[in-house]
Amino acid sequence: MKKPKVGIFDFACCEGCQLQIANMGEDVLSVLGSIDVLEWREVMSEKWGKKLDIAIIEGSITDPHAVKRIKQIRKKAKILIAIGSCATIGGVNGMKNNFGLDDIRKYVYGDSYRFFPTELTKAVHQVVKVDYFVHGCPMYIPEFVALIKAALQGIPYYPPDYPVCVECKLNENVCMYDRQVTCLGPVTRAGCNSWCINNGNICYGCRGMVSNPNEKGAQDVLAKYNIPMELILNKMNMYNKCRELT
Amino acid sequence: MKKNVNINVEYITRVEGHGNIVINVKDGKLETCRLDIVEAPRFFEGMLRGRSVFEAQHITSRICGICACGHTLASIQAAEDALGIIPTEQTTKLRKLLLDLEMLDSHILHIYVLVAPDLLGVKSFVPLIQTHGEVVRRALRMKKTCNDLCDILVGRHVHPISAIVGGFTKLPRLKDIDAMLNMLISIRHDMDETVELAATLKFPEFERDTEYVALVSDDAEYPLLMGDIGSTDGVRMHKKEYRKITNEFVVPHSSAKHTKLSRESYAVGALARFNLNAEKLHPKAKQIASAVGLKPKCINPFLNTVAQLVESVHCLEHATGILEDLKNNPLNYDEEIVVGLNEQRRIPVRAGNGVGAVEVPRGVLFHNYHTDENGAITNANCIIPTNQNTANIEHDMMKLVPEILDKSEEEITLAVEMLVRSYDPCISCSTHLMNVKFVK
Repeated sequence: MKKPKVGIFDFACCEGCQLQIANMGEDVLSVLGSIDVLEWREVMSEKWGKKLDIAIIEGSITDPHAVKRIKQIRKKAKILIAIGSCATIGGVNGMKNNFGLDDIRKYVYGDSYRFFPTELTKAVHQVVKVDYFVHGCPMYIPEFVALIKAALQGIPYYPPDYPVCVECKLNENVCMYDRQVTCLGPVTRAGCNSWCINNGNICYGCRGMVSNPNEKGAQDVLAKYNIPMELILNKMNMYNKCRELT
Repeated sequence: MKKNVNINVEYITRVEGHGNIVINVKDGKLETCRLDIVEAPRFFEGMLRGRSVFEAQHITSRICGICACGHTLASIQAAEDALGIIPTEQTTKLRKLLLDLEMLDSHILHIYVLVAPDLLGVKSFVPLIQTHGEVVRRALRMKKTCNDLCDILVGRHVHPISAIVGGFTKLPRLKDIDAMLNMLISIRHDMDETVELAATLKFPEFERDTEYVALVSDDAEYPLLMGDIGSTDGVRMHKKEYRKITNEFVVPHSSAKHTKLSRESYAVGALARFNLNAEKLHPKAKQIASAVGLKPKCINPFLNTVAQLVESVHCLEHATGILEDLKNNPLNYDEEIVVGLNEQRRIPVRAGNGVGAVEVPRGVLFHNYHTDENGAITNANCIIPTNQNTANIEHDMMKLVPEILDKSEEEITLAVEMLVRSYDPCISCSTHLMNVKFVK
């Protein structure tokens, strides 16, 4: 079998998901052994620019140049995979959409703000068709590997559509609400093995919401612990602001 | 010889983020020489307004995947300074350990994956898998070990979970400390071989005197987590006065601002730290420095990579020392905290203005937050090492290009790219920009 041609491309992001690939250590060599990486600007000087079997996209679409670039990549790629929250749901870049665009440009760049065009932050699928999603900030390596295997075989990959709480219970963590703090686990898509709660922190919702969140249940939890709805909405907006765009 | 050179490198590779190099020589005269920062602005400082200072670490860590732990530490320091929290001795010790691991991880990545291909005459580490398989495996092994160490200490390296304002949400158990110590000891041999490899690499000869800026202190420890700001031109200031050091200005070709201090530009990073604090390095690191002939004040910017090598040895030994100490003096697990968004006011909140100044792999990083009486951020400012280096890189380019004009355009391009890479620029970081309208 001919090795699939792969390109890795980054848009507005921290490049941490690409780094997760490097963090696989020597295992990365087995992944690289089964594919042909032709373009990966962060670690390679080689440039390809032709047809690809798989394009892996990190980052959100935030300016006119990026819109043009992602459309070109989509045209060249048979399969397009979005990795990390910035690409799959807009992620922290979406917080920009809480403010007026001119307001935030002036705040950061002062009088020179006109040099720096920006648009509302969008997730990749809000601009072009995406075939596979690896959620998370950063992406969870075991899920990335499972998804790549599926993509190489041409079969679909379905991320879990139940909340983080399911995994969290299996990990026998004490519920964060019982520790008197607010957690987005009840409405956030699982698949990270409740990474943050395992380490004593709360869920920030980086994997996006489940498709059918149990709103009534979540409201009951908030009422039981006397937590204002506003606090939860503000937290949802840290990663999930872009869900408001269509 | 009257020569015309036109170089346009769109998206310089093997750096963090997006930058372009533009060089224009007409009739043998250098007309344009720029490093354009074209990374899409992400407006972090703007987005922080109105958010709880207890969320700042989580958000600003996302500025950069490579130095997520560095941003975490600078953010926490700024927040704690604003809130008037003094971290415990145990917390400080663990933060120093985290910073050592971050430094080691990042330097290894830079030396092997981003710089070595140039010096070995290939385009990337991918062909090295065939020709230098053992070197690639060693690099990946060391990188993964640093990453696994951070997993144990703070949940993960790319974006740490348990290091927060007030301390740690989870503390490593004794078996974790044993495991970490064994992992560090296991890469000592790899580190020795890295030093041997680096000794065989040939770096370009080029010098330009400039001002170097790094944290300085009065104690004997190589200052990374805490200190005043010092320079090789004799400046010394408290971290609260960081704006007098950075003096930022906007240039139209770059979404990252430029800085200057006593001269037209200054440099931060491993070489700056080495130039200011070499005598405080671990003895083993000092030995390596003298073996490879690195002496302060070194003014060849290409040797920043060698200074990173020396620091890697230092951080490996320093981290080992902390872990050995933790074995003998067990942690107090009562210090584990659950804070969330501080809904329960477990940490007292006040209005304040706090600054964090931390040496991260690419140089000194500043975070500054103003908070209101509820702990919400009213103003935020982050000044990233690469911003501080950009003007200095351009001045280096202006001296370097005329010196090598007799070479081919291809060779000049490679030399300039190597110069830029030697600073290990983190462009994704550098566009997370500063706020010029700071309300005092």
